[in-house]
Amino acid sequence: MSPVLSWALPIALFMLVLAMACTLARLLKGPTAQDRVLALDCMYLNGMLAMLVLGLMYGNSHYFEAALLIAFLCFVGTTAMAKFLLRGEVIE
Amino acid sequence: MSTLPPFLPLWADIMIAVLVLMGAALALLGSIGLLRLPTFFERVHAPSIIATSASWSIMHGSLLFFSLKNRELAAHTMLIALFLAITVPVTTIFLMRAGLFRARQAGMKVPPNLSRTPLGGTKKS
Repeated sequence: MSPVLSWALPIALFMLVLAMACTLARLLKGPTAQDRVLALDCMYLNGMLAMLVLGLMYGNSHYFEAALLIAFLCFVGTTAMAKFLLRGEVIE
Repeated sequence: MSTLPPFLPLWADIMIAVLVLMGAALALLGSIGLLRLPTFFERVHAPSIIATSASWSIMHGSLLFFSLKNRELAAHTMLIALFLAITVPVTTIFLMRAGLFRARQAGMKVPPNLSRTPLGGTKKS
């Protein structure tokens, strides 16, 4: 790995971890349920970006598939939880 | 990892580093917004910068890296960006409707339900 990337990628990863810590604080503190769902959604997105940066760091494109899987689970989980908050059940 | 010879030209290194750092900084900004903004209806705006600018920046950095490394167009990294562009508005609308519904249930001062087929609208607000 070149010197520019070997400096930039750990800094980017550290910033993403800090972002995940912010969303975790909102997830623990959030006054209502929809705040927590929003924080979980945001945390999924941050984790997906961290997975992509890890893939760049190790030069391995298999991390991409994990990131795609996290994006899918983000959509399904957030939709199901929002539907639960809206109606009180997931599948009617 | 560090024993490999440098295989990317310097301009590509700098471009990838700038794109990835910009994406990570935007993600941090969106998460700080999620933490700091006062109400739910303001907070729901903050993470959308992660789904748009941050993920597109990191996606383009990743595309550039793998395209130059494997000497072919690594267009599969754009799949995540396209998928997020389709799904994030859907989840945001669902969450907003759930938030409005629960705010009406709690008797908070929010705009009334205007749709003709009320999706969980209550009479009292």
